Amino acid sequence: MVQKLHYLKETPSQTAGPYVHIGLAPGAAGFEIYKQELGWDIAGPNAKGERIRVEGLVIDGTGSPVKDVLLEAWQANSEGNHAHPEGGGEVEEGFRGWGRVITDFETGEWAFETVKPGRTQGRNVGPQAPHINLWVVARGINIGLNTRLYFDDETEANAEDPVLNIIEWECRRATLIAKRGERDGQIVYRFDIKLQGEDETVFFDI
Amino acid sequence: MPTPGEFYQRDREWQPPALTPDYKTSVARSPQYSLISLQNSVSEVTGPVFGHNDIDPIDNDLILNYAKPGESPIGERIIVHGRVLDENGRPIPNTLVEAWQANAGGRYRHKKDTYLAPIDPNFGGCGRTLTDKNGYYFFRTVKPGAYPWRNWVNNWRPAHIHLSIFGTAFAQRLITQCYFEGDPLIDKCPIVKTIPSQEGRDSLVAALDMNASVPLDSIAYRFDIVLRGRRSTLFENRLEGN
Repeated sequence: MVQKLHYLKETPSQTAGPYVHIGLAPGAAGFEIYKQELGWDIAGPNAKGERIRVEGLVIDGTGSPVKDVLLEAWQANSEGNHAHPEGGGEVEEGFRGWGRVITDFETGEWAFETVKPGRTQGRNVGPQAPHINLWVVARGINIGLNTRLYFDDETEANAEDPVLNIIEWECRRATLIAKRGERDGQIVYRFDIKLQGEDETVFFDI
Repeated sequence: MPTPGEFYQRDREWQPPALTPDYKTSVARSPQYSLISLQNSVSEVTGPVFGHNDIDPIDNDLILNYAKPGESPIGERIIVHGRVLDENGRPIPNTLVEAWQANAGGRYRHKKDTYLAPIDPNFGGCGRTLTDKNGYYFFRTVKPGAYPWRNWVNNWRPAHIHLSIFGTAFAQRLITQCYFEGDPLIDKCPIVKTIPSQEGRDSLVAALDMNASVPLDSIAYRFDIVLRGRRSTLFENRLEGN
């Protein structure tokens, strides 16, 4: 026998289920209860940098859109700082860098508006290309899936990014690159997430 | 002065795997490739910070937060309380805990829920709170009912409350479900059984807590939550930490 280590075990995850909207986005579930729902404004009114819209689908292994998903986004501001005591520096008043979005119940499309993040300082590694961390939960997902969204107009930074470069299969890195476009004068990045099958999105154990 | 280091790696043998065929919806929604393991970068050791301006004091009282004045929802009045800790046993103060649940009849206030049990006009079914400086949180609510769901033809979810917890870092983000001591449906549930070990499944069952019950008013259940712990780096020249 040896001495016992007294670490606790992490609480096991369970699926967010089909009614996740009640808890985390009750307006979408069809009722008003809170004075303010959280996560609708990622960047706030004072954020510097380029205003962008990010949109996409989450697609299951049959090729069908997942219509009951909830995504959370976490990102740095345009100068590469996170709104957190260890986030690297100051952020603009009202910049939270966190948001949550649900899909349209009919089409599965989701979208959020924010500012394009800057490069962040590496930790263990070199500087990181601009990216948004995404966390995907839904019915049928037992533990939230972590991925990252990068930008296709950041070719040089992406080529140096330590996380993209850790992905052994170069062909899979493309699953993390959002495609830039423009609609009605607004910059729109398209980012479809494939849970399974051909071109399955890279998910991370963070 | 120790500085915070990386989070302990998530125990993937303890957490449910992505593919759990008896929970059928997981089959087409589970990635087939392995997750790519990352050392934490600044993007993972940081996470959103919430404060009392984000929520209202009544938000953790599901008995009152949607009821008409002078009325309250049908059902067993309960208190669910506990602490949010990390794997080192340290409390996590000021972190957001969100809850949602069915009403006492097992029906959610959601436009996609068509179960024949009725909506309770005085029950919304969601709440939220921040832990105090000792990591403590509580909700007052009514005990949710069991309800049927389409998996096998005769599956019933045990009574449960969904809980969403943030911690201090995006790496700690967690959604789970709290079950109740003594419910015979727990051991029959394919969602509960996505968790590999009996010990893990037991850790989601809140204990009846008579000492915290309010006599002649509400019965209490204790549910502690553990988020990932973090190394502290004791020596600057020893980057791997302790």
